[in-house]
This record gives sequence, C-alpha cells and structure tokens, in this order.
Amino acid sequence: MSRTMGDSHKRFLQTIMSNGIIGASQAVALHKHCCETHGERLDDFINVINTQLQPFFMHIRKGMSEEDGLEYYALVNVTETDITRMASDYADNELELFRKTMDLIVDSESGTASSTDILNCADSLRTKKLKKKETELVLNKFVQDKWLKEKDGEYTLSVRCIVEMEPYMRTIYQDLIKVCHVCHNIALQCQMCETPACGIKMHLPCVARYFRARSDPRCPACNDFWPHEIPEMRHSQSQSSQNLPSSSKENTAPTPSRRSRRT
Amino acid sequence: MSQRKKAVSASQNKTQRRSQVSLDEDDEDAHFSQITSSQVQRARENYTSDQIDRKVAEVVQFILIKDQKKIPIRRADIGKHVIKEYKAIYTEIMNRVFRKFDQVFGLKLVEIDSKNHIYILINKLEPIHGEPVNMRPGNPKTGLLFVILSVIFMKGGVVKENTVWNTLKKLRVDPGEKHDEFGDVKKVVTDEFVRQKYLEYVKIPHTDPVECEFRWGLRAEKEVSKLKLLDFVGELFDQDPQSWTQQFRDASAAETSSQRS
Repeated sequence: MSRTMGDSHKRFLQTIMSNGIIGASQAVALHKHCCETHGERLDDFINVINTQLQPFFMHIRKGMSEEDGLEYYALVNVTETDITRMASDYADNELELFRKTMDLIVDSESGTASSTDILNCADSLRTKKLKKKETELVLNKFVQDKWLKEKDGEYTLSVRCIVEMEPYMRTIYQDLIKVCHVCHNIALQCQMCETPACGIKMHLPCVARYFRARSDPRCPACNDFWPHEIPEMRHSQSQSSQNLPSSSKENTAPTPSRRSRRT
Repeated sequence: MSQRKKAVSASQNKTQRRSQVSLDEDDEDAHFSQITSSQVQRARENYTSDQIDRKVAEVVQFILIKDQKKIPIRRADIGKHVIKEYKAIYTEIMNRVFRKFDQVFGLKLVEIDSKNHIYILINKLEPIHGEPVNMRPGNPKTGLLFVILSVIFMKGGVVKENTVWNTLKKLRVDPGEKHDEFGDVKKVVTDEFVRQKYLEYVKIPHTDPVECEFRWGLRAEKEVSKLKLLDFVGELFDQDPQSWTQQFRDASAAETSSQRS
C-alpha cells in the first residue's frame, strides 16, 4: 500500500537532509519545484517519504517556531531517548554542556539562558571542563548547526531543536516543563497567567492567534484579565492556522528505541 | 576529541558503547571470502525477514552517519560494527542496502577501491534547472576544492604542490597564513581533502628537500564530472571548452566510462 518514491520525493528528501530544517514556505516552493505530478498536496507528498523513512527511524516532522509562529519541516530522529543525533557531531563534554544549557533554558521563566550562566556551567562539567574560549566556539557550533539561537548574549532552543527533541524533553523533564494551553506543545518562551491558582502558559504566537480581534483579553482557563501585551499576528501565521499542532500527536508514538542519523 | 570515533559509535544502539579497537583489516575482511554457499543457505533460514530488514536499515544508518563526515566506508567496518553475526548473508544484505539507497534517497553506493573494499555515497539525481538556490547550503571549502581540482585536471592530472600553492596565493589564499574562512589552509588541502579522498598528496621519490604532488582522489574521480569542470573553466576564461583538445578528450572519455559503470 505504500507508494514508492519518485525522483521528486528523493530530491525533496535530499534537500531537507542537507538543510536539517526548512520553512513551510520553502517546503511549498521546493515541492512545486521537485514535483512531476501536479495537484498533490504537500502533506500527502511528505507522507509518502515518511513511510519509506520509517525503517530508518527518520521522520519529516512539522513544528511551529515559538518566536515567529511560522511552521517548519524538520528531519528528525525518531527515538525514545537521548540526544543521539547530535552524538555523532559533538564530543562528550560538548553534549554535556548542551544538556546543561537545556536545563537552564527549561528552568528559566523567559525560556533563555545567558552566556554568563552557560560559561559557569562549562566550568563545572563532569566530563571535561571547557575554557571560556572553547565554550564560545562550542556555542557558535550549536548555533550554526541550528540547535540554539542567540540574541544579545541570550540563548534559546531553536525550532529545530524543539521539533526534534520534544519527546526526549518531555521524558526527561516531565511535569517540570511548561506546556502551551492552546496548542499543547512545549512552551519555553511564553506568557503566563498571573493568577496564582491558574498559571497557564501560552506561546506568544498562540496568544496572538487566540486573542485576535478581542478587545478584552481574558485567560481561557480562569477568566481573569490577561495582563500581558498581546502581540500582533503575522500574516503567514494566519494562513497556516489549520495545520497547527501535528507534532503533538507524534509525541505519543514511540518507536523502537534505536538510533538513527543524519543531516 | 575524535569526531570519527563519534560517527562510528553513534550509529549503534544507544545502550551499547563500542570502543574503537584497532583491527587487522585483512583478518576481518577475509571472512567474507571464506563463507560457503551452504552456510549462506543455513543463515538465510535462521533469520526472519524482519530481522534481515532491520539489519539492512542499520547498515543504511551507519553509512549515512559516516558519509556525513565524508569518510569513506570500509566493508570491514560494516561487517564488524553492524552486520556482525549476520555475516553469512552479507551479500544479500548489501544488495538490499544498494537498492534502498537508490529507491529512498536517490543515492548511489559506489566502491572506489575494489581491493580494500571501500565505499562512498554519491548523488544519483541530476540537478534540475531553476532549483531554489538558497536550498543548498553552500560550503566555501567546495569552492576551494574545485579550484584545485581544475588546476590539476587542466595540467594533465598531476601537479607539483607548488603549482597549487601559487594558484591559491593568487586568489589571496595563502597556505602559510591563517585564512579567515578556511583556517589552516595547508591542513584543509593536504589532510582533510585527502582523508575525504578528494585529493591525493604523495611524495615525489628522490626529491630533496621532499616535494609532493597532487592528483585527483578516488572520490573526485567518481563524484566530479570532468566535462562539467571543463565547462566551468571555459566560462572562467571565456573560451570554448573544446579549444583545450587534450583535456576535452580526457573529459569525454571519463564521462563515457562512468556512464558505463
């Protein structure tokens, strides 16, 4: 029942393999460019590829960026635990630093970690300490490889990181990790209801969408006034509102705990 | 920190950490030729189709990871780290691996060294026109490599190392200095490109002080189309590629023989 892949599927796969992650609009353009047959929906096209990728524990997964609310397609490892995919590119102590950075980010209210705090971690690594200059180089590598984003000395997890590692993070952090009330995905950079008994979280793009055109924004859970600034919704964000949280379904689909690969 | 070590071990099941034991390759590889057909038959009966499929998938993953670093894959390593007890049906597994690379990824697993059984992955799909340019992450080192390959090819296939260094210096890439983009240029050219089998860098015998020469490596021979390279040089000098008759002949010959393989 699984359709075989044509050259267009293979081209699409090769491109996403070399990029790691592509934006939804890029995916649409690439699909048009690669496609021999017309009228095939992008998601069906990707499903054909995903069926063939299953034995290799790879998957093209859709996710939303916490920052711009846009959708992305990432090629991910499908495995239950661990940062296996990164394991082939980084040394043990670099991986440990990444885990610690992730800890800082998840713990924080803002979903960020300052370079100062990360440098302090580098000094107390169990595997092998990293000096300041080495740490900066490693952090640059993480940013270049699209696992972290950096702005003004503050680091956040990239959309690629979250899309790939969400199952892992949910397992590791359990209840300690914030979840968005609207889309049910992990929420690191988010707004929070200030009512003590409530405290629900929402991604900024999710806030923008939820409170769109409402003059009196109220918390969906406790109905108290929502005290934060409501961000503007981006134009392209509204167009993809039907396709939203596909990644949340995949969180519950554990596949055999095997490693996989690639960029 | 050895990234190569990481690449190998990362392909395995997360619960098993493999140590990079240095192995006598000939020993490991010799097993393959000593397998009898009755052993193969018995082995095929012993393993379920699912188990074999899983082994095929593991080999594919292993090769993809190794190829990420552009390190050629040795058959001995595939046997030792992945196939292991399934060695008797090695051929059947590898046949399926070749097919999988073609059917799913559009890649070709090519043997560049039939004596030592070394493989690389190359792209089977021809690039189509109008491809959104920003989709292919460019690597400046590719440009550097291409210049060197062009020089070697245009000069008949082998050049003294000084020719390469002088050409690069004209492009403001000095092997003696640290380069903004490439860092230690000499290391990239004589170590990284050689390890990746793009170049060969060998000592010229009886030279004192020791001089080395550059040739195309086995990977370049398989991956790079000489005709396309000649086209590129033609554009660079605004000349018809056929005006270099000898090189054009070499390039055409290389093209036909690669189409046959």
